[in-house]
Amino acid sequence: MSRPPCPRRRTGCPLDPPAGLTALSDKPLRRMRYADGHMGWLVTGHATARAILADPRFSSRYELLHLPVPMEGMVSGELPPAPVGDIIGLDAPEHTRYRRLLTGKFTVRRMRQLTERVEQLTAECLDAMEQAGPTADLVEAFAQPVPALMICELLGVPYADRERFQGQVATIFDQTADAEAKGEAYTALLQYLGELVLAKRAEPTDDLLSDLTTSDLTDEELAGIGGLLLAAGLDTTANMLGLGTFALLSNPEQLDALRADPALAEQTVEELLRYLSVADPLPRSALEDVEVEGQVIRAGETVTISVQATNRDPHKFPDPDRLDIHRKATGHLAFGHGAHQCLGQQLARVEMTVAFPALFARFPTLRLAVPPQEVPLRDRSNIYGVINLPVTWDKE
Amino acid sequence: MSDPREPLRLSADRDLCAGAGMCALTAPEVFDQDDEEGLVVLLHPAPAPEHRAAARMAVGLCPAEAIALNSRDATDS
Repeated sequence: MSRPPCPRRRTGCPLDPPAGLTALSDKPLRRMRYADGHMGWLVTGHATARAILADPRFSSRYELLHLPVPMEGMVSGELPPAPVGDIIGLDAPEHTRYRRLLTGKFTVRRMRQLTERVEQLTAECLDAMEQAGPTADLVEAFAQPVPALMICELLGVPYADRERFQGQVATIFDQTADAEAKGEAYTALLQYLGELVLAKRAEPTDDLLSDLTTSDLTDEELAGIGGLLLAAGLDTTANMLGLGTFALLSNPEQLDALRADPALAEQTVEELLRYLSVADPLPRSALEDVEVEGQVIRAGETVTISVQATNRDPHKFPDPDRLDIHRKATGHLAFGHGAHQCLGQQLARVEMTVAFPALFARFPTLRLAVPPQEVPLRDRSNIYGVINLPVTWDKE
Repeated sequence: MSDPREPLRLSADRDLCAGAGMCALTAPEVFDQDDEEGLVVLLHPAPAPEHRAAARMAVGLCPAEAIALNSRDATDS
């Protein structure tokens, strides 16, 4: 029996997982051949994914992972360890130590306190978009600036420098960028954050980076963590806003329901998170032999969790391919699971819960300005989304 | 499904907690996060009947298995 490679993004509907992935949901754990020839595993079942992500016998350390899809210019099996401050690629106890310095800054309460500020920033973006209208690239006018303004303000990164770091972040997540280009982008991003950290140490301001200078973190650690938070804050919610708008415009009955009852905003956000699963996949490597679903994953074998597939597992979510904002989508794995579950998820929730209803309230006639099949997709990025979303509306 | 009228005893382990906030989001009457580390604070180990369903859901959603349901027999003292 052949061992197929990881199904790649989007051969059919741009809002659905690749055909190969949905068909696997009846087999939650299966063998998969990796880009470097490694025989590892693919997880498409929700319960199996949860169990593995919560299990400390599965490591997140980059140097132990095999990549499910190839990176240009990279020889097999040579992923370096996580650079300083990139806590996504660490295990406990190192990961725990760093994470505990950050979790207090991203609590439900603190993020909800930002609601009013997110409303202001959203209104400013919508004002500018309306004035320049009646057409816009929704990504450039709305989906990118709303979370970018908020994360910059929260971290204490000057928004005016955004042109400098936005491209670097895009390159880091771009699967078509070669290893050298990624390395250069990452070095440049760290250089920028390093300068900023020195400035905050010299003259602290009221923001997260300045707060962290009072911890025992070194300048190098602070720059690394700052880079991670900035990248995560810029490129995740932005893609949810862009792709989420595309999804709602493509499902007008769902959009009408949201417009009719804005109290549905929170569960609409959860359903969009489930349905779109933009941050995908999640890799882990077994530190020892582990039995899962009656099969033994050997020490050293990589397991790739397809978030898209697990979030469309019919055992967990009935009629999973249907976007249904009345559904209880809680329990989706869009933010991951286990010790690494998204640190910024409560910020993302606040941003989206504010931004989607505000957008559709401002532009009741918002619609695509191009046929849906012409919307360019980020199908070679670690974070899926739309590259542009040309929209138009009727001017009053 | 469990009987919502059945008493419920909860426990929380801050050493395991990942500070993701799922419990405080899902059952804010029962769970909170401290401001310093963002780790779980159990407000009501024996939540009122109207908060039990949310508390159970929070236990199921916790990414780090840091909060648990304990049977009445095991924890009553």
